Amino acid sequence: MSQKKVFVSGDEAVALGARLARPHVVAAYPITPQTIVVERISEMVEDGSFNTEFMHVESEHSAISAVMGASAVGARTFTATSSQGLAYMAEGLHYASGGRFPVVMMNANRSLALPWSIFGDLRDSLSLLDSGWIQVYVENAQEALDMTIQAYKIAEHKNVLTPFMVNLDGFILTHTYEEIHLPEQEKVDQFLPAFETPNKMSPEEPKNLGFSTSPEDNMEFKYQQHKAMMDSMEIIKQTDKEFGELFGRYYHDVLEEYKTEDAKAVLITVGSVTGTARVVVDLMREQGKKVGLIKLRYLRPFPKEELKEAVKHAEVIGVLDKDISFGYEGTIYTNVRSVLSELSGIRSVNFVGGMGGRDISKTDIGYMFDSMLNPQTTEKQKNVEFINMGVLTDE
Amino acid sequence: MSNTTAAKPKKINAKNITDKEYFYGHKACAGCGGSLAVRLALKVIGENSYSVLPAGCMSAVGFIYPQMAFNSNACISMFPGASSMASGVAAGNKALGRKDTHAVVFAGDGGTADIGLQALSGTIDRDDKVIYICYDNEAYMNTGIQKSGLTPYGTKTTTTPAGDNLPGTLTEKKNLFEIIAAHGIKYAATASIGYPRDFMNKIQKAKEVDGTSYIHVYASCPTGWGSATEKSVETAKEAVDCGLWFLAEYENEEFKLNKNPKEFKPVKDYLSNQGRFKHLGEEDLDRIIANRDKKWEKMRKNWIK
Amino acid sequence: MNRPTITKYNRPEHIRDYPTGTNYQAGHLVDKNAGWRTFRPVIDKETCVNCLVCYLVCPDGVIFKSEDKVDIDYDFCKGCGVCANECNVDAIKMEKEVK
Repeated sequence: MSQKKVFVSGDEAVALGARLARPHVVAAYPITPQTIVVERISEMVEDGSFNTEFMHVESEHSAISAVMGASAVGARTFTATSSQGLAYMAEGLHYASGGRFPVVMMNANRSLALPWSIFGDLRDSLSLLDSGWIQVYVENAQEALDMTIQAYKIAEHKNVLTPFMVNLDGFILTHTYEEIHLPEQEKVDQFLPAFETPNKMSPEEPKNLGFSTSPEDNMEFKYQQHKAMMDSMEIIKQTDKEFGELFGRYYHDVLEEYKTEDAKAVLITVGSVTGTARVVVDLMREQGKKVGLIKLRYLRPFPKEELKEAVKHAEVIGVLDKDISFGYEGTIYTNVRSVLSELSGIRSVNFVGGMGGRDISKTDIGYMFDSMLNPQTTEKQKNVEFINMGVLTDE
Repeated sequence: MSNTTAAKPKKINAKNITDKEYFYGHKACAGCGGSLAVRLALKVIGENSYSVLPAGCMSAVGFIYPQMAFNSNACISMFPGASSMASGVAAGNKALGRKDTHAVVFAGDGGTADIGLQALSGTIDRDDKVIYICYDNEAYMNTGIQKSGLTPYGTKTTTTPAGDNLPGTLTEKKNLFEIIAAHGIKYAATASIGYPRDFMNKIQKAKEVDGTSYIHVYASCPTGWGSATEKSVETAKEAVDCGLWFLAEYENEEFKLNKNPKEFKPVKDYLSNQGRFKHLGEEDLDRIIANRDKKWEKMRKNWIK
Repeated sequence: MNRPTITKYNRPEHIRDYPTGTNYQAGHLVDKNAGWRTFRPVIDKETCVNCLVCYLVCPDGVIFKSEDKVDIDYDFCKGCGVCANECNVDAIKMEKEVK
């Protein structure tokens, strides 16, 4: 394995991954904390190492619109954004998935205004979980680069043809540095076939795209979209395996279990906080506590069967949401709970924390495990608990 | 960027234009000016056109699965995103090494002057190779005749009804042609389906621009204007002949008035043929004529060499 | 083929009969517009001078150049009357459609 080692941030890793994937067109608008991605790409365009049509679009809406236009003529594309930008693109996300344009987008998870915050949480991508995009959440810069490449293989697969969002925690992952392996261009070229799709305009076969349907036909297109996303699960697993064989790194496809075999309390995490949680699991295991961890990588398609298998022996499941669906519970928790409803005798708790960049420490995670292992009386046990609040509340 | 060549280019007319129809079998209203604009433009631009249309009349009537009325490549974009999608189409075709392709936008007045203005501004800024054609029927017609930024003063629309208290639209038509020209665009022009040869020749000029070009074509809407379907082309000609619309170009950073009538046909005649203006009184008419005269004074002073 | 003609359309029976995504063949027509008409244009070929103005201004493009000057594709003519109005020699008359 002759992969060069580089010391880069999460954002930079994504830019490097994008270059390796050779998109024909890149259209992106700057927004903290994604800006480094577009800056690095611009530098690589300038020095000639990234041969792509780079479009300086005047808004995020135009970014998604432009990459769809390029995809609509059969070009491979890339874009990146965060929070406000993602929300501005919202109409475009549904458009891309319904239009079956396999665009790849990096999203720097950041808090959605109001209040304004440039720091991270998952509210942005989770508020668009239903937009029909495949969503993966990465833990470190290496995974960020690797998933940017894998995204194309999965999204462009003829049975999938669905847009793909690679999520990185804003600042915590986008701006921290680590040493990673840079895959060789020749191997990536081998791994990623040329982009083929029937869903395009070309000189050889003129087509009309983006049409309207009457009530007689609309549901069939939606069914196809849903089925493609369900079928992508198989392609995701296949791709993880192929990537591992070629580049030496496997990611356990849809979810990763850590010391769950005999765990009484299992915490489910998404994104970079998983790294901290793993450390806490080890510390608590040394104290003899039976705790375990599940890293949920894909939230769409949702790995229902795999999750059911992974949790079935636990007594209590905790879900750490850096999100709250106001008026109910954390979005990840709702998704997990619907799986638990098919199992009996498992308690669950939703921990809501880390919003707007609030730190989640080892102590916080330790608290979560302890509260799972030592449940309070039924009246005091809350389903949804905001952790690490800086003040007292009336609750 | 100059478009002049040593020999004067051949003028396009009904005899030498291609026989092929690129916009056919659509469900536009009988007598639709917009559909005539699309039809003629595509005949000039030809086989290598990649049309992008935002929500509006032309997209609504052209792509109802499985009836596909565009006989060449075409795609519907998001409402604010026609120009940005067309820019993406141009970039994609360029990256794929396709030569001689033309990304063309057909957007209405609402889709251009209001919701689509940001994206159009960006396209011109980047000088993407896009031919942007705005078919102006002076309201949001597809959704049932609501006021847009290009609805002129005194027009009855469903969101600016005319009654005892208000005369219809209170605002003046946005000077969109001048706004586009102010970007320093390589080529922009105004046209009318009432002067179809002039329109087609301007499309030909736009086709030759290596960058962004903009054509603003006045397109009558019998349904929304309350006018006779058979008078569709005649009405669009009258608009120019009475001075409420004008034929001009912006090229080499200079404005040029193409047609300067010695005498205008009566504005009253033009307005009286349309239901949307029937409520106008003498005062409104005077105001409309005064504004016309003010604009023409400026154009005659600055746009004629 | 200068303009598309009607294709017989078989309604999909299985999901795979649908295209993958919103894409379809350009110039695919399954439905006529003839039913919209109340009046139909009729060209008097004797009076017609073959100036091609009617061909130019038809919003639907249904007037085409033929061996006998110009002819009309009545499958797609909506009877708007623009051709009759614009003809400089009064060669086109709008006649009531007989069903």
